[in-house]
Amino acid sequence: MDKIDIVLEINGAVHEATVEPRRTLADVIRDDCGLTGTHIGCEHGVCGACTVLVDGAPVRSCLMFAVQAEHKKIRTVEGLQQGAALHPLQEAFIEHHALQCGFCTPGFLMLAVGLLEQKPHPGDDELLDVLSSNLCRCTGYENILTAVKAAAARMSVGK
Amino acid sequence: MKPAPFAYHAPTGLQEALKLLAALAPQDGRILAGGQTLVPTMAFRMARPAHLIDINGIRELDGVSVAGDRLRIGACTRHAYFESDKIPGRLGDLLRKVVRFIAHYPIRQRGTFCGSVANSDPSSEWCCVTAALDGIVVAESERGARRIAAKDFYKAVMTTELRDDEMITAVELPLLVDDTRTGFCEFSRRAGDFGIAMALVTYRLEGSRITDAHVGLGGAEATPRRIAEAEAALSRKEPKSEIFAAAGAAAAAAIDPIDDNNNPTEYRRALVQTLVERALAGAA
Repeated sequence: MDKIDIVLEINGAVHEATVEPRRTLADVIRDDCGLTGTHIGCEHGVCGACTVLVDGAPVRSCLMFAVQAEHKKIRTVEGLQQGAALHPLQEAFIEHHALQCGFCTPGFLMLAVGLLEQKPHPGDDELLDVLSSNLCRCTGYENILTAVKAAAARMSVGK
Repeated sequence: MKPAPFAYHAPTGLQEALKLLAALAPQDGRILAGGQTLVPTMAFRMARPAHLIDINGIRELDGVSVAGDRLRIGACTRHAYFESDKIPGRLGDLLRKVVRFIAHYPIRQRGTFCGSVANSDPSSEWCCVTAALDGIVVAESERGARRIAAKDFYKAVMTTELRDDEMITAVELPLLVDDTRTGFCEFSRRAGDFGIAMALVTYRLEGSRITDAHVGLGGAEATPRRIAEAEAALSRKEPKSEIFAAAGAAAAAAIDPIDDNNNPTEYRRALVQTLVERALAGAA
């Protein structure tokens, strides 16, 4: 099948790639753009490990084709840290032990960043609903909830 | 878990899309909207379309508008749109109740209302809404447009009245008058999982008695539909728990439940009784 030349904007940087239409955004981010912070778990939209932001919305990058992501602003976990400073969510995940093996962490971070940028003060029920989107097999979620709440508080003070 | 090869088409106008669909449907061409069902199905290689016609770039298919006494939902409207307060009145209230049951937050950012109706999974919340409220599916092809009533649209599990060269360009739902009471109740074993059954109810009061009752079920049978027997059990009665229980029992008796390994027929029947009762009791 014919390959298509595409240009992706990821974390503000331009990446050119030549891809088959069937390549998912997740695969192209990792294999063609070399940004391996985005993890691939289930490859059918259930686990959320591959969550990235597309035009500000957290989406499963395994359920989008890379050819669909042209002219959109893509953000991955590599874009969270600014210089030497970690993102408040990354700091909160460390402080509150919100990760063990870390496989699901990039997806949870992008999910939570996407939520808090749209809704800086989510209610407890809403936070629980949103965080139930992704799977973590180590922490039991309680520490992830705590970390996101702490980051939400810190991010709103910073504004 | 990688999709099979396909050719990708990204029309920017509806007529262009319909022309592509007419040409490519006989060659196993499919419409790609939100992709939240189609793409995983392709990853499993249960679907191997030779062509995908991506309609996400067609601006005229985006957006929701009020036309007379109806809400018109364009083909590219995402589930997440219904979480906002942009849809006015009692219909907006009802859709906000329902949308929280649809999959998960990131899925709701991409998946579309009309895609869900086209896919016609028995446990689709939007299919249940469209059936319960007597919605209209607008199907277009190069041959023209058809307006299909929900009761005529769903044919069997994931099988609809839609022809190969047709795509859904909009779904229309009737706006609800201000004194309409609405309730929705669904059961699934995990947050965001497919509903095993769901009940949607709306009714109004004339004096102290129920009028214009709608009782719609999803997940319970092969296709979503209104249950006339349950509606009859409510008609001209006062909204009380005994009446709600009678309507639940009437719904449970009237259905031909889906039978699967985890949820045998009698379980679904009992579930429907409870869900109808709770949807009615919670209707406000």
